[in-house]
Formats: sequence, structure tokens, C-alpha cells
Amino acid sequence: MSLRGKDLLSLREMSQEDMELVLSTARSLKEILSRPIKKVPTLRGKVVCNLFYEPSTRTKMSFELAARYMSADPVSFAKETSAMKKGETLADTARNLEAMGVDLVVMRHNVSGSCHFLAKVLDIPVVNAGDGMNEHPTQALLDIFTILDYKSRIRGLKVAIIGDVLHSRVARSNIFGLTKMGAEISVAGPSTLLPPEIEKLGVKAYTRPEEAIEGADVVYVLRLQLERQSKSLFPSQREYSNFFGINRHKLSYAKEDAIVMHPGPMNRGVEITTDIADSPRSVILDQVTSGVAVRMAILYHILGGRD
Amino acid sequence: MADHLLIKGGRVVDPSSKTDQVLDVLITNGKIARLAQSIEAENGTTEVLDATGKIVMPGFIDMHVHLREPGFEYKEDIGTGTRAAAMGGFTAVACMPNTQPACDTDTVVGRILERAKQTACVRVYPIGAVTKGRAGKELAEMGEMRAAGAVAFSDDGSPVTSAEVLRCALEYLKSFDAVLIDHPEDLSLSAGGQINYGLISTVTGLRGIPNESEEVAVARDLLIAKLTGGRLHLAHVSTKGSVELIRQAKAKGIRVTCEVTPHHLILTDETVLESGYDTNTKVNPPLRTQEDVAALRQALADGTIDAIATDHAPHHFDEKWVEFDYAEFGISGLETAVSLIIDRLVLPGIIDWMKMAELMSLNPARILGVPGGTLEVGAPGDITIIDPELEYSILPHNFESKGKNTPFVGWRVTGAPYGTIVGGKVVMYDRRLAV
Amino acid sequence: MQFIDKAEIMDVDGIRRALVRIAHEIVEKNKGLEDVVLVGIRRRGVPLARRLAEILKKSEDVDVPVGELDITLYRDDLTLRFEQPHVGSTVLPFDVAGKKVVLVDDVLYTGRTVRAALDAIIDLGRPACIQLAVLVDRGHREIPIRADYVGKNVPTSRKEVINVRLKEYDSIDQVVISEEAQG
Repeated sequence: MSLRGKDLLSLREMSQEDMELVLSTARSLKEILSRPIKKVPTLRGKVVCNLFYEPSTRTKMSFELAARYMSADPVSFAKETSAMKKGETLADTARNLEAMGVDLVVMRHNVSGSCHFLAKVLDIPVVNAGDGMNEHPTQALLDIFTILDYKSRIRGLKVAIIGDVLHSRVARSNIFGLTKMGAEISVAGPSTLLPPEIEKLGVKAYTRPEEAIEGADVVYVLRLQLERQSKSLFPSQREYSNFFGINRHKLSYAKEDAIVMHPGPMNRGVEITTDIADSPRSVILDQVTSGVAVRMAILYHILGGRD
Repeated sequence: MADHLLIKGGRVVDPSSKTDQVLDVLITNGKIARLAQSIEAENGTTEVLDATGKIVMPGFIDMHVHLREPGFEYKEDIGTGTRAAAMGGFTAVACMPNTQPACDTDTVVGRILERAKQTACVRVYPIGAVTKGRAGKELAEMGEMRAAGAVAFSDDGSPVTSAEVLRCALEYLKSFDAVLIDHPEDLSLSAGGQINYGLISTVTGLRGIPNESEEVAVARDLLIAKLTGGRLHLAHVSTKGSVELIRQAKAKGIRVTCEVTPHHLILTDETVLESGYDTNTKVNPPLRTQEDVAALRQALADGTIDAIATDHAPHHFDEKWVEFDYAEFGISGLETAVSLIIDRLVLPGIIDWMKMAELMSLNPARILGVPGGTLEVGAPGDITIIDPELEYSILPHNFESKGKNTPFVGWRVTGAPYGTIVGGKVVMYDRRLAV
Repeated sequence: MQFIDKAEIMDVDGIRRALVRIAHEIVEKNKGLEDVVLVGIRRRGVPLARRLAEILKKSEDVDVPVGELDITLYRDDLTLRFEQPHVGSTVLPFDVAGKKVVLVDDVLYTGRTVRAALDAIIDLGRPACIQLAVLVDRGHREIPIRADYVGKNVPTSRKEVINVRLKEYDSIDQVVISEEAQG
């Protein structure tokens, strides 16, 4: 059991054992975040490159801080792309970074499967920080870590994932990760935003959020990915909010002690109302804190040791 | 002094005469001269090929290839494309008009034929565009192209998007007795799509292309074919629904034929996932599901599907070594088709040798209205010889084609093209080019 | 590799007597126990620190705080190992700033573990001083570190291994010297 030198591309492909290893290390590392001097020398001399082809504040900063807290040096390469204006190929860009001595690449990309491609291009490990509509494995790991913080277990928990499942890499990674660890997942959203044959992934699918939320321990609200809505998938944000947004009424179907999660950034008043987002049941900021610890653990396991 | 080629001792499989027996075949002056149990070579004037243990068939015709010339010679040209065809056991190829410029005038048709004369080692049949610039708006000069040597018409790469334009084209082509080959795709349903719509698109997060994007177009095309009475051929059908629609149309007497590619008969969309997003699995129409594959195989057996064509779509390495969405669609198919069909369909007993010859030789010749497809006396001396036992691994770096883009890398297959004879001239023998 | 025990260096009483002596020396050297904290280095330093605290409670009637230190993240051999070691948690229920920190470990050998522990402690704050207590000093230092309190000095060869077994983990109190089995 080892992640050393390996890529972290998806939770679909990650073993439960490896997931648990990362979670348990993250548990130990979280303490560092509350120290006056938030730095351990573990990854001194290692260089982590954040290669971001899509805008991101949270994930990029989270990886940067994780690297810094572990004494690795983070460098960033941000580039907006579209199929229209191509310029240098991803393969060339990445090979250049590798040639400069980067030890690990964290990539965010707008195209699904790009991290799998990058892993074929590069000898150094690749960590997926979100690829198109495919996966966002580190987000799901931090989500699972946060759920464990509040519920101390995953097996048997009812998790409702609500909203734009079709375009959500967060939903996919959580579905793969949480089902592996024994949670019962239900998803709900407008039919146009539920991907085909989703139930074959071992989840229950509903078109009314209330049905999915009924008896849930965790209500996971997905961001409505306005930038990916290329077709007429729903008529208006107002209508979306009325039928699919999470508010006090819809949340009342969940268990009394249910927690509310969101991967950020939130569209307040669209997929989640402000009173819920800021309520004591919301653990959205805990997710952000956990994210740094989980990413420290990932860097530790992938970058430590020798080939 | 006559020019003779004698192929001795092979099992001759000729669907035009339902022949299946060990015979010698004599080709004289480029034409089939005689088939008999034992033909003696005339000393000195006869080249003799030993075909013992081999299968001798009328030359295979690939009615759907992209030779990329003119305009995209960095992907393929007529020389490399036809050498790939010869290695793959094809004696003739029909090339699609999505070149630069598009093959939409008699001048371009003439240019392709001229280049073929200079560089091709198998027969090249140009397919002209249906509309000017393949833009789907105005009819191209199909009569002039027909006269210049175009064998069929298609806007392949794109569908004929307007039903009205399709209607006019099918009507108009009746005067020239040429077939219209449509690429059936409703572009509004497939927009942005990368792979088949279904479980695998859900798991991979790649945008899906539903079966219906093809079936809507197939249904429309069949209705227009019925309306006009024109000759319609549907390219690369890939779904269960498409073959059901075509089966019904044929039962009603609509003049329609269709083809299927080897990759749609063998692979499913699961390959995309298993290969870790290998862009060589990206093809249009996309690889479908097991249910579709089963339906296509059934349709081969019951005659709904008339032909196997490769849709040979060579691309440069750089065009595939990119993110999935940015990669070109297409598979380089000429050099793998015959082996894959033997290994996956003939040897397992899904079709027999006779059916294979019908799908890859006789029917394509008939649909396109070109010579060949038969070993009857007087027919062109175009022959494909198959080694049914040769076992080897598919290695794209050995391809004659410039396009190394295949999802079949490393596949171990049994059965291979052993000889390719065009007009009595040996262009490939014993897996080596003779030109 | 198979190791076989060659000799018992300390038994249950030996360990107890050594700890009692170290406890007294800690009081003596620090002129009391004001600001003294015990920090056990994971794993076997932790129960030794707790035992010292118990002894001090009995003899001096003072509750000396005990912390647990995991030095994995400070090791200098992380990039030399094939497997990443498990990261344990560091639990210090006090602020080290201004404290007299007594690091406690079972065996002092190359000194590298102590070096890592010093870095780890210093990252957590600025103690008044840091002292080192070990049950066994077996020599072969690779860096200039020495213990303030030693239970027993044991001359060894590099081929030998010192095994400290403690009831908390090993169901017996014993220090043995062992060596790789031949053949």
C-alpha cells in the first residue's frame, strides 16, 4: 500500500485502502494548521507545480498552502484556453515544466480526461485538481474527511447530492468515493442535469430534491455551473432556485442533525439560500480547512520516499 | 506474348458464383482468364503464386476511406494511403471528398485520378461532394464530376444537413445513376459530443452523442429516399436503431444500402474508459454499446448491412496527442480491417468466408457500380489472398499509412491479408509490398 | 532478517530503578519542577514520559504535564526510504514557550531522531531549555548530541540491535540486546 510516485487521477480508480491512508494522515497533519509556525520541513526541496487551465481560487490556493506548510515550493502556471486559441500544446507545456525539475504537477483543466492524458505524457506524478466534468478527487477526499469529522463514519450514512450532477466533477468523485466507503447516496436535480444511467453507479436518482433529502445525514449542494450550461437545460435561475435550490423547507426533510456541504464557490440565492449557507448546520468552511490537510497528506504520500 | 499470372492451389471463395473450392486462377492481360482444378503454367511467360492453404477472393474494395489528398498530405496522401490499402488486402478504395479544396468539381476529380495514376498502387475511385464546398447549400456539378470519374457523391465528414438539398440531390442523381452516400448525423443532437451517450459518458464526464443523433438522420434519409426513389447509401451505421430502420425500409422496397466499420463491429464505448481516455478511441460515429454491437453483427448476418468499409481516417500524431475534446475524430483502418474481421467475426463463426467476400468485395462493387467484386471470366484481375492462420500483433509503427491512430495497438490477431493483386499485377505478397 | 536475543540488559526492576534515578536527577538539575514538561517521542518515549510523570507525582507531589511528539515529518531520511512512514499525531496539551522541556526516548543511537525532535519542538514555540532523557545510550553518534539523563550506557556494535520492550506495547518490561541470526 503506497501512493509514492503515483498519480492521483480519480477516486473511481483509487482503492479504499489508499483513500483511508490519505484520510488518516490528513487527520494527523491537520494539527499543523493550528500551530503558530505552520510549517514542517518534510518536503523541503520538492517543487509542486500548479498547472491551471481553468480559473480557480480555492483549490489553487489550497494546494499552494499545503505545499508551503510541508516546505515544498509551489509554482503556478495559469492559462486560459479554449479549443479556438490553442497555442502551445499541453504536452509541450508539461514536458517543459518537467524539464525544469518540477517534482509533481497539480492540474486543473476544462476537458474531461486531461489528467489521464497528462499522466501518459509525464514521468512525474500528476494530481487531478478537477478535469472537466470528470472528477475532482481531492475535493471528494476533503468532503469525506469533513463528513468523518461530524459523523465519525461513512458506512450506512445517507448522503443526498443535489443540483447540477451532469456537469459536476465533484458529484462524480463523491459518488465513487462515498459508495466505496459504504454510504448510501441519492442524487436529485432537474432531469436535464442528471447524467444518463447514473443509477448504474449505485446511487438512487430523483427529480425532486425533497425525495433525495428525506432522512439524509448529509445534504451536499452542488454549484450550478453556469459557465457550462451550453444548452437550454433549464429555463431560468429563478425557476431553478424555486424547484431545486436548497432552502429551509427542503432541508426540513433531512435528519435533525444533518450537515450541509457545498464545494464552493456558492451562487447564493440560486442553489442555496443565504440563511442555510450561513447556518450552524453548514460545514462549508470546515471543508475548506480540511482541504489543506488532505492535500498536505496527498503531497506527503506521493512525494516522499524514493523511486 | 501474353502476360499471365497463375495463382495455384488456393481455396477460391467467390460470392458472385457461390464458388467455394480449391481452384487455380489464371489471370491473363489483367483479366480473369480461367478457373480450374489444375492449370499448367506456360513456361517463361507465367508468374506463379503458390496459394496452398490460402483463401483467394475477388479483390476487396474499401468504399469509404479518407486519402486526405489534396490539402492534408501531412495526414496521408494517395501514395501512402493506397500502399496501406495494398498491405491491408484492398485492391480498390473510394476516397471521400473532404479534402482541401473539397472534391466538388471535375477539376479536383481529375486531379485525384491523375495523382492516383502517378502514385497509387491500387485502384482509386473518387467520391465527389454533393454540395459546393460540402457546405450543404448548393448542389455541386455532380454530372461533370461523374463524367470525370467520380463513382458516387457524398458530403462525408458532414451530413447533407438540409432535407430539401438531400431531396434535390437524390432526384438529380437519378439522371446519372450514381449513389448518394450520406453521413447520418443530426448535428444539433451531437453538438459538442465526444463519445457515446450513456453510462460511459456519465462515468468519464465526456459529452455524449446519443444513438438518436444518428437514427433521426437515418429516418429522415430513408423518408427522402422513398420520396425521390433515388439511390441512397448510409455510411458507417453504428446503432441498433439505425439497422432496425434500414431493415424496415428495405422490406418496404426503398433503395437503400449501408455499411459498417470494423471498429463499430468490435469495440464498445467501454474501450474509452479502459484505455484511460485514449484519443484513438475517439471516432465519429462514436463507439457504441454491446447491445449495438450485437445488433450490427445480427444485421451483417441477415443482410441488412451490405458492406464493411473502414472509414480509414488517418491523422497526424499531434492531432491525437492532445486533450480528448481537442483530438480529431477517426481511426486509421486500412491495415487492420481484414485481420480484425477474420479474427473477430469469421473465425468465431459470426460470418463465413463467403459472407466476408460479399461484404468487402462484391457488394461494394455493386453499390458503387465499379468493376470487380467477382472472379468471373473477363472480370478485372483484382484478387485478395488471405492467410487464415497467420498470427501477429498489430503494431502501428509498421503501418504504411501515415496515420498510426488505431485503438487496436498490440492486439494479437489471427488471419491476415497475404496477397493483393490489382489488374493481374502483384502489389503485395507474403505481407510485403511488391511496388 | 531474523534477530535473536543475545542478552537481557535490564529487567522490570532495572527499568524502574533507572527511571526513578532519572526522575530524581530531573528535580535536582532543575532545582524543582517549576516549568518542567515531559515530551515523549513516539512511540516508546511516550510511555516512558508517562512513567516519569507518575514517579514525580509520588515523590514530589507535582503534576508534570506530558506531551507526545511525532517526529516523522522532521526525519532526514524520508527521501531515502521506500515506504512513507505512518504519520502519528503530535499532542502537546501545553504551550512550550518558556518551558523546560525534557524530551524522553527509549534509545539514543545516531542522534538523528533527537535532532528531528529538537526541530519539531522549536517549530512549536521557544522553550526556555530542552533536555534529553533516554533509557539506554548505545553510542555511535552521527551528530553532536548527548543526553542529560541516561538510564544505562550500553556499549554495542553496529550489528547489534537494542530492543526496549514496555508493558504498554509489548506486555513485558525488558531491554535486550539482539543480533542478526547467522545462516
